[in-house]
This record gives sequence, C-alpha cells and structure tokens, in this order.
Amino acid sequence: MLKDFFSKKKHASKPSEEAKQDIPEGLMLKCSSCGKIYYREEMRKQLYVCQKCGHHHQLPSDERINSLFDEGSFLEYDTNLETGNPLEFPSYSQKLEKDQLKTELKEAVVTGEGTINGFRTAFAVMDSRFRMASMGSVVGEKIARALEKAREENIPFIIFTASGGARMQEGALSLMQMAKTSAAVQRFRDAGGLMISVMTNPTYGGVSASFASLGDYNFAEPGALIGFAGRRVVEETIREKLPEDFQTAEFLLEHGQLDAVINRHDMKKYLTTILDIHQAGGNVS
Amino acid sequence: MRQVLEFEKPVIALREKIAELKKFTTDSDLDLSEEIVKLETRLEKLENDIYTNLKPWDRVQMARHADRPTTLDYIEHLFTDFLEFHGDRYYGDDAAIVAGIAKYKGQPVTVVGHQRGKSTKENIRRNFGMPHPEGFRKAARHMQQAAKFGRPIICFIDTKGAFPGRAAEERGQSEAIARNLMEMAGFEVPIICIVIGEGGSGGALALGVGDRLLMLENSTFSVISPEGAASILWKDGGKAKEAAEKLKITAQDLKELGVIDNIIPEVRGGAHRDLASQAELVDRAITDNLAQLEKMDKQVLLEKRWEKYSNIGAYTE
Ligand SMILES: [Zn+2]
Repeated sequence: MLKDFFSKKKHASKPSEEAKQDIPEGLMLKCSSCGKIYYREEMRKQLYVCQKCGHHHQLPSDERINSLFDEGSFLEYDTNLETGNPLEFPSYSQKLEKDQLKTELKEAVVTGEGTINGFRTAFAVMDSRFRMASMGSVVGEKIARALEKAREENIPFIIFTASGGARMQEGALSLMQMAKTSAAVQRFRDAGGLMISVMTNPTYGGVSASFASLGDYNFAEPGALIGFAGRRVVEETIREKLPEDFQTAEFLLEHGQLDAVINRHDMKKYLTTILDIHQAGGNVS
Repeated sequence: MRQVLEFEKPVIALREKIAELKKFTTDSDLDLSEEIVKLETRLEKLENDIYTNLKPWDRVQMARHADRPTTLDYIEHLFTDFLEFHGDRYYGDDAAIVAGIAKYKGQPVTVVGHQRGKSTKENIRRNFGMPHPEGFRKAARHMQQAAKFGRPIICFIDTKGAFPGRAAEERGQSEAIARNLMEMAGFEVPIICIVIGEGGSGGALALGVGDRLLMLENSTFSVISPEGAASILWKDGGKAKEAAEKLKITAQDLKELGVIDNIIPEVRGGAHRDLASQAELVDRAITDNLAQLEKMDKQVLLEKRWEKYSNIGAYTE
C-alpha cells in the first residue's frame, strides 16, 4: 500500500557494482526502490540499507538491537506477555499464530535494556513484520512497563517505532493503549527521564498519535512514512492529489514535526552523542 | 424535519396514529378515548421492546442522530456564565472544538468538547466536529489553564474522529493528539470525560483521558468506524453492521471490558427526545463523580488516574 509511493523516492547513491543478477531467489534480495540485486547476507551486513540508492528497508528487531547495543549487554523485559482474543474476534488468534511462526516473535514489540557505547538505556523496538506492528494490549503494556522500568531505574528510554496503527481486532482496548502509553510517558517525563523516539517506516495512526510523537527528541529514518491518517484516506477525504513526498520523514522535517532525519548507519554514533550530552539517566538531579 | 431511524419506524407510525385520533377527537364529536388508551398501552409496550433491545448498529444510528444533543446543548443546560474562548495561539481557531470557562452549581470549571453542527451549513462551519491540530491545541491550552487555576475539567466527546486532511497532517495531527493524551494524564485537577454521541478513535480519546470516562447509554466509542473496519477487514463497507457488533463499541460492552467507568442512562427513545430530562441525567452523573473526585488529594487523584489507564488491556502472563 505504501510501497508504490515509497519506491519513487530517490536518494544520493554510492557507487557499487551492478553484478550478480542471475542468482536464484531466496539467497538474493532486490531493492524495492532502485531494483539493485543483493546477496541477502550482504544486505544484512548493510543493515538493509541499499548501497546504491540509500533506501532504508525494514530491519528485523533483533538485528536492530544487535546493531545498536554493546555485545552481551542486552537484557529483554517481559518475555512472557501473551495476546489473548478479548473480543473473540473472528480469525484473530490464527493471524497471531501465523505471525508468531513467521517471525519467531511473540508480539510486535521487543523491550529491554542494554548499553550503547557504555550508556545504559531502556528501549523498545517495534517490528512491523508482526501484524504490521499494530498496537494491541500487549504492545501497549510492554511499552508502558519499559517506561516504568526506565523511570524506576533512572535511565533513558529509546523507542524505535513502526506501526500500521491500531489493532482493530482488540477494539477499544487497542485504542486505550494510546492513553496508557502516553500516561506512562507523562510519568517518566515528570521524573526527569530522557526519551528519544526514532520513527521508522511506517509509523501511523495510534502509535504516531501517542508515544512516537512524545520524545524529548523525535527523529526518523530517511524516507520513513509517518502520519496520523494514511495517504489513501487523506486523498479520498480532500479529493486532491498529494505531493509525492507527502508524509515522508523529509516532508515532516520540513514542516517542523521532527528534530532530525538520521541515517541508519549513523544511528549508534548519533544516539551515543545525545546520551553523552545528557549523561547517565538524563536526570538533572 | 425529524430524522427517523429504521428500527423506530413502528414506534413513530403508532405515535402518529395516536396523534391523529386525538386530533380527530377534538375536531369532531366522536369519543375515541377508549381506543386511544388502548393504543397508548400498545405504544408503551412497543417502545419497551424496541428501546431495551437495541442492537449495536441501532445505537450507532442513535449516536449519529441529526437531532442528538451536542456539547453546546449540554453546556446551556448544565452550566451558568459560560464564556467561550477561541484559538490555539499558534495557527487558528478550530470550530470543531468549543472550550471555555463556566460555573457548575456555582463552582468554576473548564469545559471542552467536540462540536458538530445540526444543519448542513453549521456542519460545514464546524467541519462535522472533526478537529484539526489547532482544535486539540486549543483544548490543551484551556486544560492547562484549568490546572493552573485549580478548576475541574469537564470534557464532552462527540466526533467521528480527527480530520484526515492534508493540512492537519502538515501541522502535526499526531503530535497534537499525543500531547493531549500525555498532558491530561498529569493535570492535577479532576477530569470528567463524557461520550455524548460518537467517540471515534484518537480524535475522541484526545479529550478522553481523565479520572472518569462515562458514556451515554446510546453513544459509541470505537477504535475505528464500523464502516472503516468492514472495508479493511472484509473489503466490504456494507458489512458495517456486523463490524459494529464485533468491535464492541457500545457503552454496555465497554463497561464490561473495563474501558469506561459508568453508563449514563438515556431518556426513552434516545437523548434527542427530551434534552432537558437528558441534561438532568448528565447533571446527576457529573455531580456524583465530581463529589467523589474532589475529596481526593492531588497525588491520590493522579495515582488513581494512572492505575485506571495502566490496567486497561487484555493479556496473559
Ligand atoms: Zn536501492
């Protein structure tokens, strides 16, 4: 849905050889933006950023964690939270099971703590491979708990967001996770905690309109699509063709909605600098 | 002309028949009083049957009823000295949200609510009660002021949702909603939120974080409109009726799920039938809840508010 539009986006390209195009699928990945073919392993090493066009592809949560946190420092929180089917919504349980098998994740967010170049920090990483990282009870609960933990431990909180929006199959319980997580941010802030939000592609709806927008610093990865309402809904509502770059990170930056757009390869260094400036905990006391 | 809902057609027909007979009685010498009494008994039974067995989709129709009382209707009946104030101080004034100060039984309060129109013209002016960021920011500004001056906040929720437009996105619709959710969790004054019509998604919740979340008996509160859910889930907007049932959007369902604190009963036939009596029912709910909340120490109030929201959700561990 979002990809067609996204693929039109071009970025400065680094020179790279254009070979290996006749190798079987599976081993290979094709950049959805410029069409360049990569060995999967090569792409993985590049954190799924196309070397030719700079397109940032989806990064699995475990690989993002490995790319940021010092080796052996990662401690996962709340590994046992499981989603139920509170509204007994048709085929919801099967959909969850399917994504659990596909991703080897229990839900769409991984929370925990670790050190980034020695700075201890709590974090949450959303994974859009799981139900488009829509926000159900478990997602909301894990994020709220991680914020509470960061508050108690007096350490910063960094969140990498991605989400298609609400988890419709959980109805208003999904909606209320916006309130729960935002209230948790309020408590964390009130205690002087430092929160950094990094929005990745895509960050929409209830996630965009709650914790994702509530960092002391709000960043995004290049080209990430971010918004409250989806492009199609907006176009249908106002009956107007939207600009090509509508709702991209760069568009939001231009409209004053972001602090900066940060390349994935620079992320660790960038976050380290912020953590260093705020020193341990980010508390002024 | 009064909007007639599908499920209440038999009631309306019978009521018209009674009115006709009554008129006939006064206009002629025929005494039809016996017949009228019979029909009135039948009407009462019929109304009972229909209005006590409303299906979720019926309530959606009720919540959207063109004549359903709006925020300004309740303000007129419940408060004195209401002064409406405008603007968010950044961009503009959003007529889809009204905000101001008033007295509630002599006590200063801040009142905020979504405002839709009852006529097409008024609806266009108020963007059908669907706010832009400046609406949410206006609300935030008034609530901050309430916290500063120690006034309780009363919020009326009545919107299909935040407006999904280009300008709204450019000016930070997400941020505006998120900020309200966060700040409302921290205001050190009692906050009572009442869903009076449709409570649509984040745009509704942006006035819905408080110490009490109450719903009128025939209002709805939902993460997405039934039409929207049907078209996404089943690629068929026509299945809205089914989606309305599956999504659990009625006051009764949401009380059971622990999403809301209480249900405010409606006058028979729905709030639009008798605004004055309906306002009394809302009045009672505000009085009772405010009395409970005002007894609490600020810290206890905030702690309980956090507990309330942190406990909403369904999972196993
Ligand atoms: Zn590329």
